[in-house]
Amino acid sequence: MTKMLMKGNEAIAEAAIRSGCKLFFGYPITPSTEIPEYMSKKLKEVGGTFLQAESEVAAINMVYGASATGVRVMTASSSPGYSLKQEGLSYLAAVELPAVIVDIMRAGPGLGGLGPTQADYFQITKGGGHGDYHPIVLAPATVQEMVDLTMEAFDLADEYRTPVVIAADGILGQMMEPVEFPKGSSKDLPHKDWAATGAKGREKVNVSNYCLTNEIGERNCLHLQKKHEYIKPRVQRWKSYKTEDAEFIIVAFGTSGRISETAVDLARKEGIKLGLIRPITLWPFPEKAFEGILDQVKGFMSVELSTGQMIEDVRLVVNGKVPVKFFGKQGGMTPAPEEIVTSFKAQFGLE
Amino acid sequence: MKKVFGRTKGLTERAFHYCPGCTHGIIHRILAEALEELDLIENAIGVAPVGCAGFCEVYFSCDMIGAAHGRAIAVGTGAKRARPENTVFTYQGDGDAGAIGLAETISAAARGENITSIFVNNSIYGMTGGQMAPTTLPGQKTSTSPFGRDPEVAGHPIDLPLLLSHVEGSAYIASVSVDTPKNVLAAKKALKKGFQTQMEGKGFSFISILSTCPTNWGMSPAKAIKWLQDNMQTHFTMGELKVKE
Ligand SMILES: Cc1ncc(C[n+]2csc(CCOP(=O)(O)OP(=O)(O)O)c2C)c(N)n1
Ligand code: SF4
Repeated sequence: MTKMLMKGNEAIAEAAIRSGCKLFFGYPITPSTEIPEYMSKKLKEVGGTFLQAESEVAAINMVYGASATGVRVMTASSSPGYSLKQEGLSYLAAVELPAVIVDIMRAGPGLGGLGPTQADYFQITKGGGHGDYHPIVLAPATVQEMVDLTMEAFDLADEYRTPVVIAADGILGQMMEPVEFPKGSSKDLPHKDWAATGAKGREKVNVSNYCLTNEIGERNCLHLQKKHEYIKPRVQRWKSYKTEDAEFIIVAFGTSGRISETAVDLARKEGIKLGLIRPITLWPFPEKAFEGILDQVKGFMSVELSTGQMIEDVRLVVNGKVPVKFFGKQGGMTPAPEEIVTSFKAQFGLE
Repeated sequence: MKKVFGRTKGLTERAFHYCPGCTHGIIHRILAEALEELDLIENAIGVAPVGCAGFCEVYFSCDMIGAAHGRAIAVGTGAKRARPENTVFTYQGDGDAGAIGLAETISAAARGENITSIFVNNSIYGMTGGQMAPTTLPGQKTSTSPFGRDPEVAGHPIDLPLLLSHVEGSAYIASVSVDTPKNVLAAKKALKKGFQTQMEGKGFSFISILSTCPTNWGMSPAKAIKWLQDNMQTHFTMGELKVKE
């Protein structure tokens, strides 16, 4: 396979097309705009449709309409736009529609800035919109992972009938790296017999979830809850780095995960047995990565581009057994590996 | 004996939940008849709104998608772009398409989106119990304009079909009413024309239908029809407002 040098955002777009994504609806926003731009050029070549919507609200609802007819569809945005998509995400989750939504996170709150952040962690993983639901959330740390996870996202969406979010940040979206495109998967996926395609030769379908009684409402919610529990053990992904003999572990995803890998190497040079767990699925949170490690480790540190959001999930897994510390950067700033090591040593008294 | 009238196949067997005298029911029937007569029951994909008609997905015999409040036209756009071979329609209230979803409505018209949107204007928010709508008339009392809509404070009602008829990209815009048998027939004709516009690929079609809400207007069904004739038909532009050849 030949390698190509590609920007993260374009790699996501190309991977989507190669996964059979036929429609893209979006509204431009930095630093994710290369995704709609690429789609507007390339989707046509494969007989697909690109449409620039009047807003992110419209875009996510166009995604909803297209997905309801059983076709692979994607939208992409950055944090303020992702906020606007939350109502639509709740509706997608409620009627169990597969779709891929990309959030190339930028600094908030409010208009914030264009710099990278991971501060959408809460709104992406904890539902964000109203009601009890979780999209599957995939967090790449390299451009190659942006390709691989985008392709996987379409399969996961169809397999579990759920929206899947790719959570990256402005650095990953803009960075160029060599990538290769694996063949699209040939996974046996369920037939979309629920889709609205015209009621020819079959009963009509309703793709909706309006509940006129609380009893039906409860039944629907229990169904979704069961589905979440089914997904949880099955799709956890993570990368462990030098954790076998680790006495301390950093937990970090995406860009901060990448920087933390260097921090681990720096600390090891000083004789500190530091390791890294890099969650790739943010929901479900990769609890399995901590299995068998909790007894050997003296402490964890969550490193994030936020004031500390994923740390809440780390604490739930660690469950008070050892201290969980935090180091973060905000507002578009990223830490140097040295800063991470310095903070780590200070917080664990290793100076 | 010759059967001269029967239930259209465009409707399921489900009994309507609409209030007595509410003209949503008439509109459902003529829309369903239009689907049947144009042989669209097995082809159409309808989009239900949030509003009193939020449950219409169980009444129409075609495939249906339930949208969020105001987003039916965006949902319909997604469905149509994914499956251009299907005839796609939305059924929306005045709040749905004229307030919270106004951007979607105007943008779809401007794009010449090849879908048909049915706009049920009852000058009030029926579903939520009678609040002011974007089409509430000056002086009209609602639960959020208890002293009558004061344009100085609450602004003016919007004449959506008139506005859309000025948007390049809209192909068929009609403003009709279901207050008399004659007008019911004319409304059905407009619905069919809307669907035909779409089937011929001409662009966005929008049929505004004046409708009553006896419950929230606080009137008997007969009084409500009279109020619609005296107040709504005189305020809103009526007739075919745009017919693209
Ligand atoms: C985002 C959102 N905002 C508000 C509501 C509450 N709501 C439901 S229907 C409705 C208005 C209904 O009025 P209209 O669209 O005119 O339809 P009608 O019920 O009169 O037929 C409102 C405000 C909602 N469901 N979702
Ligand atoms: S509340 Fe009004 S619009 Fe709704 S069903 Fe009753 S009469 Fe019709």
